[in-house]
Amino acid sequence: MHIVVCVKQVPDTKIIKINPKTNTLDRRSAPAILNPYDAHAVQEAVRMKRFIKEVYISVLSMGPPQANAIIKKSVEIGADEGYLISDRAFAGADTLATSYALSKALDKIASIRPIDMILCGKHAIDGDTGQVGPGIARRLDIPPVTNVIEVTELNEKEQNVVVKRKLSGGYQLLQIQMPCLLTVEKEINALEYSPLPNMLKAARYEPVVWTVNDLGDVDRTQLGLKGSPTIVGKMFTPPKHEGGKRLEGSSDEQVRELIKCLLEEKKELFHVK
Amino acid sequence: MMGVPKMSKEYRGVWVFIEQNEGKIEGVSLELLGAGRKLADKLSVSLCGVLLGKDVLALCNQVISYGADKVYVIDHPVLEDYRTESYMKGVVLLAEKYSPEIFLYGATPNGKDLASAVATDLSTGLTADTTMLDVDLDKRLLEASRPAFGGNIMATILCKKHRPQMATVRPKVMKALEPDKERQGVIIEENIELYEDDMRTKVLKVVKDVTKRANLADAHIIVCGGKGLGDQQNFSLIYELAEVIGASVGGTRDVVEAGWLPHELQIGQTGETVTPKIYFAVGISGAIQHLVGMKNSEIIIAINKDASAPIFDIATYGIVGDALDILPKLIQQFKEIRTEKGGEISYA
Repeated sequence: MHIVVCVKQVPDTKIIKINPKTNTLDRRSAPAILNPYDAHAVQEAVRMKRFIKEVYISVLSMGPPQANAIIKKSVEIGADEGYLISDRAFAGADTLATSYALSKALDKIASIRPIDMILCGKHAIDGDTGQVGPGIARRLDIPPVTNVIEVTELNEKEQNVVVKRKLSGGYQLLQIQMPCLLTVEKEINALEYSPLPNMLKAARYEPVVWTVNDLGDVDRTQLGLKGSPTIVGKMFTPPKHEGGKRLEGSSDEQVRELIKCLLEEKKELFHVK
Repeated sequence: MMGVPKMSKEYRGVWVFIEQNEGKIEGVSLELLGAGRKLADKLSVSLCGVLLGKDVLALCNQVISYGADKVYVIDHPVLEDYRTESYMKGVVLLAEKYSPEIFLYGATPNGKDLASAVATDLSTGLTADTTMLDVDLDKRLLEASRPAFGGNIMATILCKKHRPQMATVRPKVMKALEPDKERQGVIIEENIELYEDDMRTKVLKVVKDVTKRANLADAHIIVCGGKGLGDQQNFSLIYELAEVIGASVGGTRDVVEAGWLPHELQIGQTGETVTPKIYFAVGISGAIQHLVGMKNSEIIIAINKDASAPIFDIATYGIVGDALDILPKLIQQFKEIRTEKGGEISYA
C-alpha cells in the first residue's frame, strides 16, 4: 500500500512577530516549520504502517529549496521517500493553482508507484483555507473526506477505509473506497518522538526535487500567479471601534465597579436560584 | 478547459448554498441570505438559495422568507446525508446551467468541503473564511475580506476574470433578516441522475455529540483566557471564575497551541465563533484572528496589563491590570454575592 502525505512549510505563528508600523508579519522573525496538521498526517501514515505490512510512505511538498527541511522532518517521523516540486513557475499560486501543480506531481508519483491514499493536514496555519486537499481530490477524481478525527478501519482486501469525520455537532462515520484523500485534524493522533534510526536516516536524506519540466504534460497557464484566479486587492486595518468604558481606581475598586455595571445592565445574569 | 477566463457568457445573480441537516437549515445559511440580499440589491439581480437534500421541498418557503427571490432545489434520496461527491455534482450542475456571478457558502465543515470541490470543478476563485463582504458595482466585483495571516490586518480578495466569484463566510458574522412569511419567491426543481451504487463514500452512521462545542456556541457567558495568563497553572483561575458564574471556558489559539486547552475550546478565526451575552477576555491582547470569533458578543469585558492592547478597542468594560491580581478578586466578589443572595448564579 502506498500513502502519499502532502506537506507544507509554514512560518511558526507562535513565534512570529508583527511589525507594529505596517501591521504585517515580520517573516524574518519566524522559523519555518512543518505545518503542524501535516505532521499529524505523516504520523497517521506511520501509525497505519504499524497495522499493515508493506506500507510505503511518500511525502510531497511544493516550495522553495529550503522546504527540504520539512521533508527531512517527515522522514524523521517515518516517511520512506520525499518529493519536492520547486520552480519559479509555481510561485504566487493560490489554492486552485496549488492543487493543480500538486495533482500533476501526484500523477508522476503514481506512475512510479500507484497511490492508494493521500493524506493532508486540515489546513496550513499560514493560509488557513483548507481548500487545497479537496481540490487535489477533485482533480484526481478520487473521493475526499475532510476533517478526519479517526481512522477506525483499514481494509486492504476490500480496498476501503472507515473514518470518523468531525461535524459541527458530532461526527459522521464514513466508509470510503480507495484510492481516496483524507484531511486530518490534530486530534487524530499524538505526535511521537522520532526513533533514532529515523533521525539518522533524515540527517543524510536528500529528497527528489522536480522542476516544472520534470512534471511532463503541464498546462503552464494554470500554474503560479498566472493560474490563480484570486488576487489580494488591498490590505487594510479594520475599522477601529471606539472602545467602551475604562474602569479606574485600585484593582478592588475596578472589580467592584465592574460588578455593579454588570448587575445594572444584565439583571437576568444574577438570577440566583 | 481551465485557466481560461470563462467570461464569454453572462453571469448574473447572487447565490447562497443552503446547508441543511436532517431538515433543519443551518443558521449560517440564513445569515448569508441576509448578507446576499444586500449584495443582490446593490447589483440589481436576484438572490437565489441552492438547496440539496432528501425531502427538503418543505424548506423552500423558509429560504424565501429569509430574503431569497428564487430557490433552486434538488431533492433526491442519495442526497440524504452530505457527501462531497453527490453534493458537488448537484451544485456544479446548477451553477453551469444558471451561471451565477457570486456564490456564497457557510464556512462550516460541509460548506468549506463543498466549496473547495466546486471551485476546482468550475475552475474559479474561492476565498476562505470571509468576515466582510461588499461589491464594487462598476466592475461587478465581489470584495471578500478576511483577516490576513498573523498581522492585525484585513486582506480583500478579488476574483477578476473567473465566475462565479465564490467565498466561504464565517458563521455568526453576518446578520439574518427578520423572516417575512408573506414574501413571494420562485421555486425551481431540478432533476439529477444519482445512484447510490456509484457513490464511493458510504455514510455508515451520523453521531450527534452535544458536549463541548455546543456548550461554547450556546453559552450565555464565556470566560476566555489568553497567553497573558503566563502558564497553565494560572489558567485554572479561568475555570474558577467560570464555575462561580456558570460560564463556559474558552481560549485563544496560543493557549490551545500551548496545550493548555483542547482545540474544541478555541475561539477565533480557526476555532469557534461565539456571541454570548457576556464575554470575559482575560490576558488576551486581541489579535484580529481572535476578535472575529467574539466581537459580536453583547458585553465584552477585557482584563489586560497592556493598556494599548487592541482588545480594549472593542471592550464594553476595560480593566487595565494584572489578571492574576484581578481574577481572584473578581471570583471573591462574585462568591460574596452568591452567599449574600443564597444559591447559585446563573443566567435566567
